[in-house]
Amino acid sequence: MRDIQKLKEIAVTLRKDIIKMLTESASGHPGGSLSAVEILTALYFSEMRVDPNNPRWEDRDRFVLCKGHAAPVLYAALAEKGFFDKSHLMTLRKLGSILQGHPNMNDTPGVDMSTGSLGQGLSVANGMALAAKLDNKDYRVYALLGDGEIEEGQVWEAAMTAAHYKLDNLTAFLDHNGLQIDGQVTEVMNVEPVDEKFKAFGWHVIVIDGHNFEEIFKAIDEAKSVKGKPTMIIANTVKGKGVSFMENAVGWHGTAPSKEQCEEALAELGGENNA
Amino acid sequence: MPNLATREAYGKALVELGKENRNVVVLDADLSKSTKTADFAKVFPERFFNIGIAEADLMGTAAGLATCGKIPFASTFAVFATGRAFEQIRNSICYPNLNVKIAATHAGITVGEDGASHQSIEDISLMRTIPNMTVIVPCDDVETMAAIKAAAEYVGPVYIRLGRSSVPTINDEYTYKFEIGKAVKLREGKDVTIFATGIMVSEALKAYEMLKEKGFEAEVINIHTIKPIDAKAIVESVAKTGCAVTCEEHNIIGGLGSAVCEVLAENKPAPVVRVGVKDTFGQSGKPAELMKHYGLTAENIVEAALKAMSKK
Ligand SMILES: Cc1ncc(C[n+]2csc(CCOP(=O)(O)OP(=O)(O)O)c2C)c(N)n1
Ligand SMILES: [Mg+2]
Repeated sequence: MRDIQKLKEIAVTLRKDIIKMLTESASGHPGGSLSAVEILTALYFSEMRVDPNNPRWEDRDRFVLCKGHAAPVLYAALAEKGFFDKSHLMTLRKLGSILQGHPNMNDTPGVDMSTGSLGQGLSVANGMALAAKLDNKDYRVYALLGDGEIEEGQVWEAAMTAAHYKLDNLTAFLDHNGLQIDGQVTEVMNVEPVDEKFKAFGWHVIVIDGHNFEEIFKAIDEAKSVKGKPTMIIANTVKGKGVSFMENAVGWHGTAPSKEQCEEALAELGGENNA
Repeated sequence: MPNLATREAYGKALVELGKENRNVVVLDADLSKSTKTADFAKVFPERFFNIGIAEADLMGTAAGLATCGKIPFASTFAVFATGRAFEQIRNSICYPNLNVKIAATHAGITVGEDGASHQSIEDISLMRTIPNMTVIVPCDDVETMAAIKAAAEYVGPVYIRLGRSSVPTINDEYTYKFEIGKAVKLREGKDVTIFATGIMVSEALKAYEMLKEKGFEAEVINIHTIKPIDAKAIVESVAKTGCAVTCEEHNIIGGLGSAVCEVLAENKPAPVVRVGVKDTFGQSGKPAELMKHYGLTAENIVEAALKAMSKK
């Protein structure tokens, strides 16, 4: 399904779910969840071969949320897709919840890997891609990294491994929103030029607008056609996208909205069922 | 008695496993000739992944393979596996409870000439504190073969501590039965229990003979699994002997000695004397010289046993 209009609607729903669940949990990370909404929407509602009724299906495509703090966007997508009942979203970060503060594969149906400690996910995605090659399976592995996250050395170890083992069944996205916790990525610890770096590490690199579905799909298709190399899709995004007072605001990395801010955000996002 | 390093037995065990189970894969971090994973790489090159000198990535890649049904054995030296990649083992392997086997070689001071930077004396402590982790320290080649096979059959993360230097074969290749978490009583006695793990088991057996000459009957128990520890065997033996000595090629903090003390303190308080590296870094030297220098010989165990008995 590449019904862009429909996907845009789903994106609005996910954004609203993210705001609602974070307001209810009163803690968590809105900024980096909102910047990745289109990427996850494209993956879960069009691209990835997954079965909500069989979350551990062996031949499914895999997704590793390397930037695990963006758990709300993953949970919202999985719930919308039907992996679990939407009522769980309001239990985020609460005692006994299937929705932990950072993703845990053994608690949440549909989560393919436990993450939260930045810098570890790409190695795991590599392992999944290697397993597919060993078993001659055609499932693909997707990973989403933060632009602050790639300051971790392990990311570059993994970048070498993916290229060395020619993991062309691996497509990674870089959520290039320019912000991390302490400020702008270029000021905290500059990672630029990210495109040149991944190219130099042996990756096929595509730069896109990470909120534009046409560009996301074009990049995904291109990645699938590339042989002998992993692909890094550098998605230029806006942290906090869709909620004007959160956009590009460093303070909204890890702060939950108040009830009033929640209502303001939901009104701005519009769409249906504003309950 | 034949002499073989436990890492040599590991290499052989991997090749056998590889033949039996096509899901067994092996990863190394540029030390395959030393860890002996090269034996596997030679026979099954398509199932061997050299990750280069990148221990964090080594553990993460193994975790990813495990999520897809593979049984990865990840190897490097113990100091790098458990030190450099501690948090990867914690967060990417143990928290998701993935079926990764970390077989770390060159543990302890018998690494020898390479010196303190390469002599891991903290790994048992680090690994046993992580939830979901099983920790095994084989004492000889026979036990290593059995432990590697048991680890492959067991579902969940396992840390296996292996050595560089040759050690005497204690167990019988044909009759030895290994069970994860089940201690092995090697000698019966009533005066003191000597709990030993890894290469210290053969020293404990020597100490048994020396104590016998002095008129004491020591009980010798091989604790090959540090976690889950065989609390029942420990309590039962000390209930009989009334005191204990622990022996390990590891810091006396956090390893076998601590684990045994934890069990006894809560169930059967008794005097315990710990033989191990006394919270100090090692240094370069020949393995045997180092064992003597750091107090890890049969003589040291005898001394500790006399001390423990005097406190009863
Ligand atoms: C290893 C590790 N160190 C620190 C943190 C704390 N932390 C959580 S999010 C974050 C910033 C991430 O920035 P970025 O990767 O750019 O994510 P995004 O902007 O997409 O939210 C940090 C430092 C962590 N989760 N893991
Ligand atoms: Mg960022």
